[in-house]
Amino acid sequence: METRFAPPPKKERAMAASGATLESPKPVDPAAPNAPAAVGKLRRGQQDPTWVRTTLILLAVAFMGILVVLPVVNVFVQAFANGPEAYWRYLTQDPETRHAVMLTLFIAPAAVAMNTVFGVAAAWAIARFEFRGRTLLITLIDLPFSVSPVVAGLAFVLWFGMQGFLGPQLREWDIKILFSWPAILLATSFVTFPFVARELIPLLEEIGPDEELAAVTLGAKPWQIFWYVTLPNIKWGLLYGIILCNARAMGEFGAVYVVSGRIAGQTDTMPLRIDKLFQEYNSPASFAVASVLTLLALVTLAVKTYLERKVIESAETKKEAV
Amino acid sequence: MSVVVENVVKRFGSFTALDGVSVTVPTGSLCALLGPSGSGKTTLLRILAGLEHPDSGSVSTHGNDLTKTNARDRDMGFVFQHYALFRHMTVFDNVGFPLKIRGWSKAKINDRVQELLHLVRLDGLERRLPANLSGGQRQRVALARALAAEPKVLLLDEPFGALDAKVRQELRTWLRRFHKEIAVTTILVTHDQEEAFEVADEVVVMRQGRIEQSGSPQQIFDHPASAFVMDFLGHVNVFHGRLDHGSPRLHGATHGSTAAAERPVSVAGEGTTPLYVRPHELDIERHSSDGSLAARILHINPAGPLVRVQLIDERTAKPIMVELSRERFAELVLLPEETVFVQPRQVRYFTADYSI
Repeated sequence: METRFAPPPKKERAMAASGATLESPKPVDPAAPNAPAAVGKLRRGQQDPTWVRTTLILLAVAFMGILVVLPVVNVFVQAFANGPEAYWRYLTQDPETRHAVMLTLFIAPAAVAMNTVFGVAAAWAIARFEFRGRTLLITLIDLPFSVSPVVAGLAFVLWFGMQGFLGPQLREWDIKILFSWPAILLATSFVTFPFVARELIPLLEEIGPDEELAAVTLGAKPWQIFWYVTLPNIKWGLLYGIILCNARAMGEFGAVYVVSGRIAGQTDTMPLRIDKLFQEYNSPASFAVASVLTLLALVTLAVKTYLERKVIESAETKKEAV
Repeated sequence: MSVVVENVVKRFGSFTALDGVSVTVPTGSLCALLGPSGSGKTTLLRILAGLEHPDSGSVSTHGNDLTKTNARDRDMGFVFQHYALFRHMTVFDNVGFPLKIRGWSKAKINDRVQELLHLVRLDGLERRLPANLSGGQRQRVALARALAAEPKVLLLDEPFGALDAKVRQELRTWLRRFHKEIAVTTILVTHDQEEAFEVADEVVVMRQGRIEQSGSPQQIFDHPASAFVMDFLGHVNVFHGRLDHGSPRLHGATHGSTAAAERPVSVAGEGTTPLYVRPHELDIERHSSDGSLAARILHINPAGPLVRVQLIDERTAKPIMVELSRERFAELVLLPEETVFVQPRQVRYFTADYSI
């Protein structure tokens, strides 16, 4: 169910990577005189088998329709099955649903904030300095992409649980982490921490350290360099990373499922609440909450598309400047 | 503010970029660090700016040791090879940046930026972004920005390296005048000897992390200290030769006494040595004379203030380049494939090359 709210991580990485490749110079100019002939050949090569093209396009459209468009539409249809009034009631009248929405609205921004700080720091360190363990750090940042969220959740249980390493000590100090919001925040942050860093590392490497060095020779202090020089250069990439991170944080299910304990009205986030309502055969209410997450996903998609264009534009401006 | 570099050593891993370099640049002068790539000139400039730290040795301006001072507190303006303008800031904000971070008021910044833009002839371009400027304009924005906070020393890394030939020539002349106007001690790095000679009061020739020679352009051109400097300064003919009772003689030359040596001989005896002759120090003759060398004309390039004649020493198959005045060329009426005689007016040799 989770995948419906946030695309799987691999797909998103591919998108982020495509942003980077688009920044590289287009190899069209050097062979300008030969270009028309080459294009003509290419076009003919692509155009000849009309039936192949049509079949492929239809196939792609059909797949997208069945796997993406219909389910998304269906979410809204189901949510409004009993009319808009009922829809509104499902969302606002159930205190447990209300709590789940509020919890998600708290956890997601908190996780995003943590990951922004961490991501900028890590990307900066990796892009600007040569140090032992740099490659290891890059690999570790990628880890949440390859580890199943459920496994990540279990790792936190082993760490903070009563049978875990820190559990008994924490209990003695009366600090509650597992089965309460700190664990949800930790698990969500863990699963989403690559987004910002992965977006910024190639961007910072592409921009290079020259402007920052220039700022040093002009007398700027480190925070001034970051605020006036580095941040304006990476702002679109950073926003892009934050948006992706936020989308993933809101939809996170697996890791949160394990560490939260699923206590209704206390540790249920929106995705957990949707699952619970669904299990209770309350599908209209379940779809009503799901529609909110879907809507957020659609907004994210729109913002992401806009930002992708901005990232590429700013990179191109940079190319000209050099 | 005089700049003194003492015994600076810098290694990158096993590569020694600077090997005990000492330079003194007098207050208000314009000094060029000249050398091929890998000679350590840019490393030296970055050490001066505080962007690199020397393994040993010291840097000071006017008696204040700056070796341990952070780059941002050194009071030096640095212009990067590719300018490193802040791409998201307008020309105005770029030039005003060092003032803004020093907490100047808006009005004061405005006055100073206008003054600087006027100084570098960029009035009216305040609102442009660096991407919308030509190479030469960016270069001058970088210069104005580096000068904004009134640095005591100005450092330029290959200031004309990224520009095309015509703009480069204009900017050289302009920089020369500009330096007179601002009178800030300036050190620039270049690999182009013509540029160094045209712009600088003082030239420091570097090679493999060491200083090969330093002095005024004329001193260096007229009295190169080594074969490397001689070769680096421009086209030079190298002949096999020997010292004959203290007089240099080209191998294969006809008998008789030869041209005057550039320096009195400090080594007694006889031996073989490479002899260096610049193209304009060679003359072409129709008939053999004392000390001349037979050569065949390969190509004549009469386009230019001097006529360049390429010849080949048929005995050794080595090329020889001669530059003649247009009058002399008209007098000789040379044609390709003719065999003529080359006579040196001046010959240089270096004691380091000398072997018995």
